Amino acid sequence: MSARLAVHDLTKHYGGVQALRGVTLQVDAGEVLGVVGDNGAGKSTLLKILSGAVFPSAGEILLDGQPARFANPAAAHAAGVAAVYQDLALAGQRDVVANFFLGREKLAGNWLARRVGWLDGKAMAAHTESELARLRTRIPDVRASSRDLSGGQRQALAIARAAAWTSKVLLLDEPTSALGVEQQHQVLDLIRRVSTEGMAVILISHQMPDVLKVCDRAVVLRLGQVVATLSGAELTSENLVGYITGAMGEGEQ
Amino acid sequence: MAGVKAGAEIAAVPRHRALWLRSQAAVRDLWIGGVLLVLIVAFSIDSPYFLTRANWLNTSSTATEVLLLAVGETFVICSAGIDLSVGAVLGVSGTAGAWVMAHGFPNAAGAAIGPIAVGFLAALAVGTAFGLLNGFLVAWAGIPPFVVTLGTLGIATGFGYLLNNGQEISAIPPSVVTFGNANLGGWVPVPVLITAVITIWCGLLLAKTRFGAYTLSIGDSREAVVRAGINDRRYLLEIYTLSGLLAGVASILVMARLGAGSPTSGADDNLNAIAAVVIGGASLFGGRGTVIGSVIGTGIIAVLLTGLVLVNVPPFWQEVAVGAVLIAAVYIDQFRNRKATRR
Ligand SMILES: Nc1ncnc2c1ncn2[C@@H]1O[C@H](COP(=O)(O)OP(=O)(O)O)[C@@H](O)[C@H]1O
Ligand SMILES: [Mg+2]
Repeated sequence: MSARLAVHDLTKHYGGVQALRGVTLQVDAGEVLGVVGDNGAGKSTLLKILSGAVFPSAGEILLDGQPARFANPAAAHAAGVAAVYQDLALAGQRDVVANFFLGREKLAGNWLARRVGWLDGKAMAAHTESELARLRTRIPDVRASSRDLSGGQRQALAIARAAAWTSKVLLLDEPTSALGVEQQHQVLDLIRRVSTEGMAVILISHQMPDVLKVCDRAVVLRLGQVVATLSGAELTSENLVGYITGAMGEGEQ
Repeated sequence: MAGVKAGAEIAAVPRHRALWLRSQAAVRDLWIGGVLLVLIVAFSIDSPYFLTRANWLNTSSTATEVLLLAVGETFVICSAGIDLSVGAVLGVSGTAGAWVMAHGFPNAAGAAIGPIAVGFLAALAVGTAFGLLNGFLVAWAGIPPFVVTLGTLGIATGFGYLLNNGQEISAIPPSVVTFGNANLGGWVPVPVLITAVITIWCGLLLAKTRFGAYTLSIGDSREAVVRAGINDRRYLLEIYTLSGLLAGVASILVMARLGAGSPTSGADDNLNAIAAVVIGGASLFGGRGTVIGSVIGTGIIAVLLTGLVLVNVPPFWQEVAVGAVLIAAVYIDQFRNRKATRR
C-alpha cells in the first residue's frame, strides 16, 4: 500500500539559497510525523510546498500514490491537504463561526437563498459548536470574536478549521510555540485526536517534548536535507538534539 | 456519541448576557441610537418647528441622499477601504442623466416614459462605471483605495463640469420633478421609500449573506481570506461597484428633487456620508460595521444640520459641527475599544 503522502527528492532554491536539497519522506494515514531542525533548515519551506503556497524547483509529491501538483492552497484543500501556519490566518474581529466556515459557508436551502448567498447562520453555528465539541476544544462561545480567545483557543480553532477543511493531510507549523504549558497540552491532545480519526499529520516543532509526546516518527532536517528518521526507541530527546546540532550523523554523510 | 458529553462541558460555561447584547455591534448601535434620540429631544425642546411635517420632509429628503452614499460607503469601509469619490460620482451621474434626457430627446413630452427611463439608466450606468473603475484599480492594480478614489473624485468632477461647461442641466421632463417630490399620505416622500427599501436590502446583504461576510473578512484580514481560497479581488470589485451604483441611484433622487442635474450636487455629501458611517460604528481599519449603524449615523448628521438652522445657529457652523462629531465619535469608540480589550 502506498503512503498517504510521499515526497521524493524535493528541491527548492530561492535565487542562490538552497532551502531544500532533495528531501524524501512519507507519512501514513493516522500517523503523526514530526519535522525538526535548526532555524533555516527548510521546515517552513517544505510545509509551504506541500500546502500549495510555494512551488518546488524539482521533485515529486505523491498523494495516495498519485502524483500531485498544487497550483495554490485552494487546490491543495480540494485534494485533501490543509495547513495551519504560525500566523493562523484568523480574522480577529469576526466570530468563531465566521472563521471556522471562512471560504465554505453554508447557504440556506431554497433557490432564492442560494441566488443571493443567504447564509444558514443557525446551521453554521450548530455545526461549529458540534465540531469544536467533538474535538474537545475549549471554546465556550462560538459568537465571540476570535481575537478575544486565548492563544490556545485560537490555535485550536485554526487546527479544527483546517481539520474540517481536509480529509487526508494536516500540516502544522509550530502550533505550540506561543502557548503556555496547559494550552500546549490541549493543543497536543487535539493533534492526537485528529490523527486517531485517520488524518496524516505533519508537525513542525522546536519543542522536543512535544515531538516525543505526539509523534510516531520524526525526521530531522539540516541545511535542506533529511539527516535522520527516528522512531520507536530511537526517538529520544538526545538523538533529536544530536542530529539537529550536527553532533550526530556527520559520519554517515 | 462523543459530541454529547463534550457538549455538556461547553454548556456549563456561563453566558452572562443575552445573545444579541453580547454582540459588540448591537451595543454600539444602541449607544449611538441613544445619542440620536437625545439630539432629537433637545432640538424639539429648543425649537417648536423641529417636530413638524415641513421639517421632516426637508430633513428626510436630504438625509436619503447622504444615506444612499453612506450605505455604499459602509461596505467599502468594512472592507478596509475608503471611497472618496461618491459625492463627485453622484454629481457626474446626475448631470449625465440630465444631459441624456435634454439632448437625446429634445422634443419629448413631459411624461414620456422612454426618455426618462433612458436618462435614469444613463445615471445608473455612469455611477456603476466609476464604481467598476475604482474596484478594478483597487483590486487588480493594487493601488491604495485612498489614492484611487481621490483620483476618480477629480476625474468625476471634471467630467461633470465638461458635460455642460460647469452649468447644471435643467431641461428635463417635468414629470421627473413630480416623481422626485411626490409623497405618500403627505408624510412619506417617494425618495425616502425607495431609499428605505434599498437600505434594508443592503443591511441584510451585509449582515446575512456570504457577500457581506466576505466584505467584513476581507477588511479584517485579507490574508486570511486569500488563504481560504476566496477570490478577494472579485469581491472588492463588487464592493466598489455597489458604492458607485448607489451613488447613481442617489443622483437620480437629487436630480428629481431639484429638477436639474448638477455636477456639484454631491460635493457636501461626501464628507457627510463618510462621517455617517464612522459615527455609525464602522471601523476605518475594516472588519467592523453595520448598515443600521450608518442609518443612525446619517440620522445624527441630518438632525444636526437641520436642527442647528432651526435654533438659529449660522449655517456655516454646520460643517464645523459634523467635523467635530466625527472626531468625537472615533475618539469615544477607540476609548471603548481599549476598555474592552483591557478587560
Ligand atoms: N521567500 C524566501 N526567499 C528567499 N529565501 C528564503 C525564503 N524563504 C526561506 N528562505 C531561505 O530558505 C532557507 C530555509 O528557510 P525556512 O524553510 O524558513 O527554514 P525553517 O522554517 O526551518 O527555519 C533559509 O535559508 C531561508 O533564509
Ligand atoms: Mg520556520
